[in-house]
Amino acid sequence: MSDTHAQTVAFVREGMLDQQPPPTREAGTVKWVRENLFPTWLNAILTIVSLYVIWVVVSTFVMWAFSPTWNATSLSECRQMLEELGRSTETACWGVIRDRWEQLLFGFYPSDLYWRPTVALIVLLAGLGPVLFGTFPRWFMGFSLASPFLIFLLLWGGPIWLPLTVALGFGLGVVAFRVFSRVNQIVAVLVAIVIPLLYWLLLAWPLASELARVMPIGLEPVQSKQFGGFMLSIVIGVTAIVLSLPLGILLALGRASNLFIVTKLSVVFIEIIRGVPLIVWLFTASLLLNYFLPPGTNFDLTLRVIIMVTLFSAAYIAEVVRGGLSAVPKGQYEGANSLGLSYWQSMQLIVLPQALKISIPGIVNTFIGLFKDTTLVLFIGLLDPLGLINSIRASTDWNGIYWELYVFVALLFFVACFSMGRYSLHLEKKLQREHR
Amino acid sequence: MSEAAQDRTVNRSAMQVSDEVAIEINNMNKWYGTFHVLRDINLTVNRGERIVICGPSGSGKSTLIRCINRLEEHQSGQIIVDGTELSSDLKNIDKIRSEVGMCFQHFNLFPHLTILENCTLAPIWVRKTPKKEAEATAMHFLEKVKIPEQANKYPGQLSGGQQQRVAIARSLCMKPRIMLFDEPTSALDPEMIKEVLDTMIELAEEGMTMICVTHEMGFAQAVANRVIFMDQGQIVEQNEPKEFFNNPRSERTKLFLSQILGH
Repeated sequence: MSDTHAQTVAFVREGMLDQQPPPTREAGTVKWVRENLFPTWLNAILTIVSLYVIWVVVSTFVMWAFSPTWNATSLSECRQMLEELGRSTETACWGVIRDRWEQLLFGFYPSDLYWRPTVALIVLLAGLGPVLFGTFPRWFMGFSLASPFLIFLLLWGGPIWLPLTVALGFGLGVVAFRVFSRVNQIVAVLVAIVIPLLYWLLLAWPLASELARVMPIGLEPVQSKQFGGFMLSIVIGVTAIVLSLPLGILLALGRASNLFIVTKLSVVFIEIIRGVPLIVWLFTASLLLNYFLPPGTNFDLTLRVIIMVTLFSAAYIAEVVRGGLSAVPKGQYEGANSLGLSYWQSMQLIVLPQALKISIPGIVNTFIGLFKDTTLVLFIGLLDPLGLINSIRASTDWNGIYWELYVFVALLFFVACFSMGRYSLHLEKKLQREHR
Repeated sequence: MSEAAQDRTVNRSAMQVSDEVAIEINNMNKWYGTFHVLRDINLTVNRGERIVICGPSGSGKSTLIRCINRLEEHQSGQIIVDGTELSSDLKNIDKIRSEVGMCFQHFNLFPHLTILENCTLAPIWVRKTPKKEAEATAMHFLEKVKIPEQANKYPGQLSGGQQQRVAIARSLCMKPRIMLFDEPTSALDPEMIKEVLDTMIELAEEGMTMICVTHEMGFAQAVANRVIFMDQGQIVEQNEPKEFFNNPRSERTKLFLSQILGH
């Protein structure tokens, strides 16, 4: 024992103390239970009461959900099965899921072509792999770049020439940028935007139809009217997520820029889009846009919805990223400037990697919200899973059923959103490890 | 005040000042809004000069050197660096910034990049140096500041002194002809100051043109060939270090020196 009392000022330790284990009451499970569940009498009572409530809720749900009605083909048959088993009629009828799951997943997509959306989903997951986890061989990145066109072809079908000619436009843009960047960076960017746009507007469509006439190779076309179910949610959600991230970052940079007009335009865009409910924008897409388009144009409704949802979520992403941008210390901008990095270089290499790292939780949060908001397309007549539930409940076989369908759809959305949340956590931890 | 610089024999013979002008500042003024922060600054720095700028806080020392690589904009007068005048022309600014290295009080290393990546980033992206070559140069300078073994760590894993030495190496990788130091030791623990000053002294011995804003008067005496005292946005006094410390002429300088050397 040390002897450092006031009366003995001089003190020299002669040997250092070894580590000792803590007393048993202060370690392991005993300590945890005592501290977390039964620290005081009041807390002990609350613990017991809450355990009882949890038991009641869980057991009621399990009793409802555990129901051998998988083979029922209608609600009345299901009720009969339950009566024979002596179970309450307030029990789940899972037959409706077996009967209609394909419809909930694919809507009115032709049933002999269900393999196409399925393959498209696999292509999507494989294509996202290198983007999300970054530990794939280099050639796989090429597959990721090609996957949007492949997915388009699989879902909508038609001749293979349309996605190919559209993809060629991007190729033209890259080539133009390479050629002109030797002259001047700004000119190169402009040329790389203008050339593909002109090509798409003037050349792509005639070229594709001509090629399709000469060599009619392709898949059976499917109208987007036939899209529906969870597949429609994924198509709208994923496209909007993928497109709104870059757009949102550009808007955030615009808002934080010191160019007067760029700043004001970004602010106006963000505030207008954010200030109006999504449902209003969806109605705009479905009804009002027709007045502004030349008569006779058939501008796909699903496409219009995707554009609106993208713009809507881009405005939110912009605000989340702006928060990240302002959290990057001023010294980082100065450090980058003092080394002679240009604006775009310092944004790309220094500021955005740090700003995005800070904004990951907010960005993923926005995406989860956006994905669930795709169910709002129900109101403009697209058949998302909720829209299909209404039509299933209207059929004579399943008139009167609702819980089972909603539980199933909720489960689908939960799996998708929970995965996004987990991915965000994984990414945060990974970047934390890397940067420290 | 650190005694760091004195316990090392500084080789002043190698520090040659040439007649060639590196930086020329003529009648330069700067305002923050309506606040006149730099008033009629005139300063000529020859190649090979080591200049220490000191003065009370808020006297405009940092602002002055930040104007030299355009981290701050001046509103009137002229700044000519290496024969190029600083104007709003972005090309000139980028050219000057890649010729002028700068070290900051808070290092401003990039926390998401390793030490090596911090050092190779600007050579690769600004100078278009091949990656291999940039890495070789970076390792050369990391060895020079005596931390090659930290090359693959992240800045957050290093001590303050090590971080500042990395920051110096990062600037040197751009092969600058002029180095600016903005209070490089003010944010460091006392035991770290010496290692950074030693690195700066070595740099001076190799003939680098340097402008340092610092309160390290030992460093000023050992290395500088000119000490500049600033107050209220003006250059109040400048002289050789010996004269400056032993025979300060202005009352303000005397007061300032008595405050920082007083104990």
